[in-house]
Amino acid sequence: MPLEKLIDADEAIRRVLFDGASVMVGGFGLVGMPLTLVAAIDASPVKDLTILSNNLGEPGRGLGRTLQLGKIRRAIGTYFTTNPDVARAHAEGRIEITLLPQGTFIEAIRAGGAGLGGFYTPTAAGTLLAEGKEVRELGGRMHVFQEAITADVALVRAHRADRLGNLVYRKTARNFNPVMATAARKVVAEVDEIVDVGALDPEQIATPHLYVDHLVLARERP
Amino acid sequence: MKELIARRAARLLERGWIVNLGVGIPTLVARYIDPDEIFLQTENGLLGVGPRPPPERVDPDLIDASKLPVTQRAGAAFFDSAASFAMIRGGHVDAAVLGALEVDERGRIANWAVPGEPVLGVGGAMDLLSGVRIVIAVMTHTTREGAPKLVPECSLPLTSIRPADWIVTELATFRVHGSGLSLVELAPDVDVETVRRRTAARFRDLEAKGA
Repeated sequence: MPLEKLIDADEAIRRVLFDGASVMVGGFGLVGMPLTLVAAIDASPVKDLTILSNNLGEPGRGLGRTLQLGKIRRAIGTYFTTNPDVARAHAEGRIEITLLPQGTFIEAIRAGGAGLGGFYTPTAAGTLLAEGKEVRELGGRMHVFQEAITADVALVRAHRADRLGNLVYRKTARNFNPVMATAARKVVAEVDEIVDVGALDPEQIATPHLYVDHLVLARERP
Repeated sequence: MKELIARRAARLLERGWIVNLGVGIPTLVARYIDPDEIFLQTENGLLGVGPRPPPERVDPDLIDASKLPVTQRAGAAFFDSAASFAMIRGGHVDAAVLGALEVDERGRIANWAVPGEPVLGVGGAMDLLSGVRIVIAVMTHTTREGAPKLVPECSLPLTSIRPADWIVTELATFRVHGSGLSLVELAPDVDVETVRRRTAARFRDLEAKGA
């Protein structure tokens, strides 16, 4: 692995993304979403992406713009209702949507990163979202089987990185990011600042550098 | 009316509890609790949510699950989404106040799928119902058209097979136990007959309280 991880956002997207790739994108709404990398997707020729993200941004903003450009074929997430463009694209058959409860979504990604095949959760048992899924009674309660989730690429947003790729997050911009960073074959982290090795407090590092392939400096903010 | 519901729901929360507030009416509950005695958890990764900041003090990295700016209180902690839902599913959160579109007469709530629209959002509601110790459902007693929301069977898809523990509306407060609803309190200037007229679900009324 090359020791120099810092590259340009367009170059990072060129290296890791391809037509039909599955891509995890961090962020709760636009907070903690790697907007510079998302803009680089928009400027690139890639298409037919499967996006795994809690939402698809807002109309014309973040992944909302990527959707408008017709680059997203499928989305897996928890809450698409706040972007009316998603409902329209779905009604017109331009996008396939898979909905998971938020806790199930992120636990499936955690399991994927941790090398597990899946898990049983009581969440959604007996509801519409459990239809077609294996159900099992454990400890007197109904549980639904959820398979682990991994992806080709994860694009995450952190606050600071050192040159090795250790990451520190900031406040609620952390959200899905550190978990997604564990569950993809290639991981690009967008950060506000890159510091020298040794400058980050090891106690504060939430994502150790072994997970991170490339670093990109943030240019776009919510 | 929404303030009245929020104020009543807030009185059900006890000192020292960890509480998650859903979107809509539940967010108003924060105005009626003592922030030194009740700790607010938000599923996007913060325990110790403080009040909304004035515009000049908004931190773009600090929001609640409604995606609105908040502050952090002394003693607050940040964590990732997997940890947050482990707290929720794992039974470490004492109470959740959740909005509801319909509640059936066993206390089960429907609050994620809207009539006539494709189902495109669920968020954390199902996880909260599956793991939080006490669930308080809050809603206006009837729809804007005057139709009861407390119904024998929900017409909308259920959020969970686990029922709520309390239901608070602007007219009354109900306790859910066993398989049914009990009216435990009427709002000021509301009588049982009014509640009965605007409720389609069966419930035990005030006289049966304590039975």
